[in-house]
Amino acid sequence: MTDQTLKQLSALLAEGRASSVELTRDYLDRIQALNPTLNAFVTVDPDSSLAEAAAADARRASGQAGPLTGVPIAHKDIFCAEGWLTTCGSKMLSNFVSPYDAHVIEQFKAAGMPSLGKTNMDEFAMGSSNETSHFGPVKNPWDTARVPGGSSGGSATCVAARLAPAATGTDTGGSIRQPAALCGITCLKPTYGVVSRYGMIAFASSLDQGGPMALSAEDCALLLNVMAGFDGRDSTSLERAKEDYTRDLAKPLAGLRIGLPREFFAAGMSADTARAVEEAIAQYRRLGAETVEVGLPNSRLSVAAYYVLAPAEASSNLSRFDGVRYGYRAAEYKDLTDMYERTRAEGFGAEVKRRIMIGTYVLSHGYYDAYYIQAQRLRRLIADDFAQAFQACDVILGPTAPTTAFKLGEKSDDPVQMYLSDIYTIAVNLAGLPGMSLPCGFDSQGLPIGLQLIGNYFAEAKMLNVAHQYQLATDWHARAPQGI
Amino acid sequence: MSLSIDDVKRIAKLARIRVTEEEAVGYQGQLNGIFGLIEEMQAVDTAGVQPMSHAQDLAQRLRPDAVTEPDRRAAFQAVAPQTENGLYLVPKVIE
Repeated sequence: MTDQTLKQLSALLAEGRASSVELTRDYLDRIQALNPTLNAFVTVDPDSSLAEAAAADARRASGQAGPLTGVPIAHKDIFCAEGWLTTCGSKMLSNFVSPYDAHVIEQFKAAGMPSLGKTNMDEFAMGSSNETSHFGPVKNPWDTARVPGGSSGGSATCVAARLAPAATGTDTGGSIRQPAALCGITCLKPTYGVVSRYGMIAFASSLDQGGPMALSAEDCALLLNVMAGFDGRDSTSLERAKEDYTRDLAKPLAGLRIGLPREFFAAGMSADTARAVEEAIAQYRRLGAETVEVGLPNSRLSVAAYYVLAPAEASSNLSRFDGVRYGYRAAEYKDLTDMYERTRAEGFGAEVKRRIMIGTYVLSHGYYDAYYIQAQRLRRLIADDFAQAFQACDVILGPTAPTTAFKLGEKSDDPVQMYLSDIYTIAVNLAGLPGMSLPCGFDSQGLPIGLQLIGNYFAEAKMLNVAHQYQLATDWHARAPQGI
Repeated sequence: MSLSIDDVKRIAKLARIRVTEEEAVGYQGQLNGIFGLIEEMQAVDTAGVQPMSHAQDLAQRLRPDAVTEPDRRAAFQAVAPQTENGLYLVPKVIE
């Protein structure tokens, strides 16, 4: 049963051909067999998962089931879940059992979806390869010598390897889309403010956004129906009416205008990626879409602006980890300042410390205008480019990542090279727009290639329609890694 | 722009992260590499461009001044490194 989409699993449960307990046990068995190789999960708690599954079966028996009741899901270890170890991939939180649920966790509990466990991730979501996790790197199921991408690498790997039919992720500069591309799955990063950040451990609050990762666009639509919604405890949560994100899935694409940003098709993309994206464009033309060239001239500045804004916000957000109220505290210290300094030196890994230091510097006296305010001005220019482009098109299409999955260790000693693997995704976060990645082919080594769709604000239903119609005509999204 | 070893140590101090001499040398090279990436934005003329902090220009919501949270002190202090009588314990600050 573990090769099925949420849609199919939902039907199995509704028709009484499987119970949630059976389904959950099947996935837990796969996790037990394969997680030692893949390291996709930080925490698995079969008793807790099966108790939730039994409760879902009881709910169905009483006639109270929703569309996804009983279908299990894995959660990125950035979401606080009451009674679950919630580490954010860090030694700093390696002993933190959350006393409360994130809004996203509350939503999935209310939908009756049992948790399969907490997935591995780059420490505090800072990384593009999942190698910065305190709990060791996650392996890509297509080639275990390669990275799964990051920071939601555990979530991407567990869905690709069919250890879970779906998972939650978070995306600050590409952390849902880039690992989904590198692992050959489908995902969506919603418009900023659509999914509540309450209980989602903060990295860069003006950019962080949670979203679904699954095997198809249709499944992402079902998951977004659960995740999205106003929550007063997140000060930037948007007060909007509930939407049904599946409503436009079946619409034909005739007359759709697809924008192709010339900057995304310039040098930088690998030849295999360029070929796969070109083939996807040809497929869209066969489905009745038109293409139009658009310009995003300021997008080249997005990596620079991002590496000012995200570290600045991170240095502020991560100041809460001081060894006083929760998490790790150094064993030995001589006074309060020494306790802070040793706790943070021992509790944070190298990449997190680098980013805190960059953020501390750009926010320090005398540098604020030159870095932080300048980066916010560039952010406006980048967002204005997108607004201009959406006058001429309905969605923007391009690659998700410049290359397919790279080897473990290949970029881990060079932060700048690592940062450039998010070159196509970061501008979307800066503008606050929704973005998707969906599989569109394989390179010469059999590694998956991701196609990125970027929509206008609140165009999630349209993007899911555009992705779903492509997936009806192709089967890249249904391919599973061999030998796993 | 290039950070000196003393700059790195000063930043680490501000960030309350203890660094050894050896680590400071490593961070100096890495941080200068990252600032090299960031510097390209300085060349852009942004005169007259309004800084953007969030995608949606939102006003902060207000709520009625009413108690909305129950007392969960015991649950929250259960995950603290050191507490006593409902208080968080830290090293003595005032002699």
